[in-house]
Amino acid sequence: MGASPTAEAVVEVSDLRYSIDGHSIFDGLNLTARRGQITAVMGPSGTGKTTLLRLLMGAIRPDSGRLTVFGEEVARLPRAPLYALRRRIGMLFQNGALLSDMSVFENVAFPLRAHTRLPEPLLRRLVLMKLQAVGLRGAADMAPGSLSGGMARRVALARAIVMDPELLIYDEPFVGLDPISLGVILRLIQTLNATLGITSIVVTHDVEEISRIAHQSYLLAGGRAAAAGSPAELLAAATPVVNQFMRGLPDGPVAFHVPAPDYRTQLLELES
Amino acid sequence: MSWPVTDAVVRMGRVALFLGRVLGQCLPSLRYPRLLIAQIYNAGARSLIIVMLCGLFVGMVLGLQGYDLLARFGSESALGVAAALGLVRELGPVITALLFAGRAGTSLTSEIGLMRATDQLTAMEMMAVDPVRRVVAPRFLGGIIAMPLLTAIFNVIGIFGAQLIGVGLVGVESGSFWSQMQAQVEPRDINEGLIKSLCFGVACSLMAVYEGYHAEPTAEGVGLATTRTVVASAVLTLLLDYILTAAFLNS
Repeated sequence: MGASPTAEAVVEVSDLRYSIDGHSIFDGLNLTARRGQITAVMGPSGTGKTTLLRLLMGAIRPDSGRLTVFGEEVARLPRAPLYALRRRIGMLFQNGALLSDMSVFENVAFPLRAHTRLPEPLLRRLVLMKLQAVGLRGAADMAPGSLSGGMARRVALARAIVMDPELLIYDEPFVGLDPISLGVILRLIQTLNATLGITSIVVTHDVEEISRIAHQSYLLAGGRAAAAGSPAELLAAATPVVNQFMRGLPDGPVAFHVPAPDYRTQLLELES
Repeated sequence: MSWPVTDAVVRMGRVALFLGRVLGQCLPSLRYPRLLIAQIYNAGARSLIIVMLCGLFVGMVLGLQGYDLLARFGSESALGVAAALGLVRELGPVITALLFAGRAGTSLTSEIGLMRATDQLTAMEMMAVDPVRRVVAPRFLGGIIAMPLLTAIFNVIGIFGAQLIGVGLVGVESGSFWSQMQAQVEPRDINEGLIKSLCFGVACSLMAVYEGYHAEPTAEGVGLATTRTVVASAVLTLLLDYILTAAFLNS
C-alpha cells in the first residue's frame, strides 16, 4: 500500500454538475483518483454512483464542470478519440454483462479480436493467461449462462483486463456475492492493483470490504463528496452523514422514512 | 407533446435516423462474415419449417378457391396460372413477411432487447466496440438476405400445394395446369415478387432491430417492444405492398 499521495492524477473531477429532468444528481462534485491507487467511491443507494461511472466513460455529458481522464476532457471528445480513450480503460459491470451468445473464452477474447490482429496462438495464450489469473481457465469452454454470479464476475474481470488497461473501474463488485466469492474478488482487485500498477476506481456501498483495500475513499451525499480521506479517517469523521453511512445506522441525515403526510392524520382519515 | 400524430412523426424520424446509422455500419460489419452467416441461419433456416408449412396450406386453399371460382367461368384449366401469379406476385412476399415478423422479427427484438437489459450493449460500447456494427448490422443484413429466399421457398411449396389439390383432388388436367403456367408467368412477375420481398425484408428487419435496440431495459419493456415489432412490421408490409403493387401496375 505504498502508493504516494502525490502520484499523478488519472481521473480528475472538479465542480461537476449533472441533473436529469431538473432533478439534480451532482451539484459541485470534486474527486481525484491517483495513479496506482485504489480509490473507493461510496454512498447510499441513489446518490448517482453509477451515473458517475457513465460520466467517466463519456456515455453521458455533464451540465457543467470539468471531468478529465488521462488529462483529456471526456465530454469534449468526439466518437473516435473517445473510443481510443476507452481502450485504455477496463470496466467491470455489476452483473458482469457477459455476451450471452459466446463462450467464456470468446468473451475474454472479444476486445482482442475487435481491436487487434494478433495471431490466433498468441491470442489464445493471452486469454488463457487472464483466465488463469482469475482462476477460471478450467471454465473456458462454458457458456456464460451456466456460470454462478461470482464466476461470471470473475470472467468479466478477466475480460476487463485483457487489453492491459491503465485504469480499471468496478461498478458494485461485491453486490450479491457469497463470502467466498467476495473474498476472491477483493483479493483480485488488490492483486491487480499491486502487481500491474493499475489505477482502480471502485464504486460500492460495502464499507467494510472496501475499507480493507482502498487507499483513498470518497463518500457521496447530496450531490457532492461529503467526505474524503483514507478509510480510517472516514470512520473517525464526526459529520453526521458520514457517521451514519460508515456505521450503517438506519436513521439520521439520510432519513429512514420517505417523506409522507403525518401517519396519525392519515389513519384518522381512513376511519372517517 | 404526446399528440398521436406528432408521436408518429417523431417515431418515423427516429427510425429513419437509425436506418442511416445501421446502413453506415453495414459495410464495416462485413468484416465479420461469420456473424452474418449466423444471422442468415437464425432468421432464415430457423423460419424454414413454418414458412414451408404455411406455403403448403396457402397453396392448397388457392387450389380449392381458385378452382371453385374459375369453374364458374368454365376456365378451370387456368388454375395453374392463377395460383402461380397469386403466389409469386402477392401472397408469397406478403405472407412470408408476416410470418417472418412473427417468427424471426420477434426473436431479433427480444434478443437485442435482452442484450440491452443485461448491459451487454453498454459493455460493448465501453470496450470501444460499436454495438450497431457488431450486433445490429449483421442481424439487419441477415434478415434482408433471408426474406427473398424464404419467399422463393414459400412460392414453390405453394404451387406444389395448389397442384396437389387442383390436379390431385378436384381434377384439373395436369398438362394444362403446368403448360398455362409456363406460358403466362413472365420473368417480370417474378421480379416484382422479388423486389417486394426485398422491400419487406428491409422494413421487417429494420423494425425488429430498431425496437430491440431502443427497448426499455426491463422485462416489460422487452415484451412491449416485441409486440410493437409485430404490429409495425405487419402494417408496414401491407402498406408497402399496396404502394409497390400500384407502382408496378402503372409502369
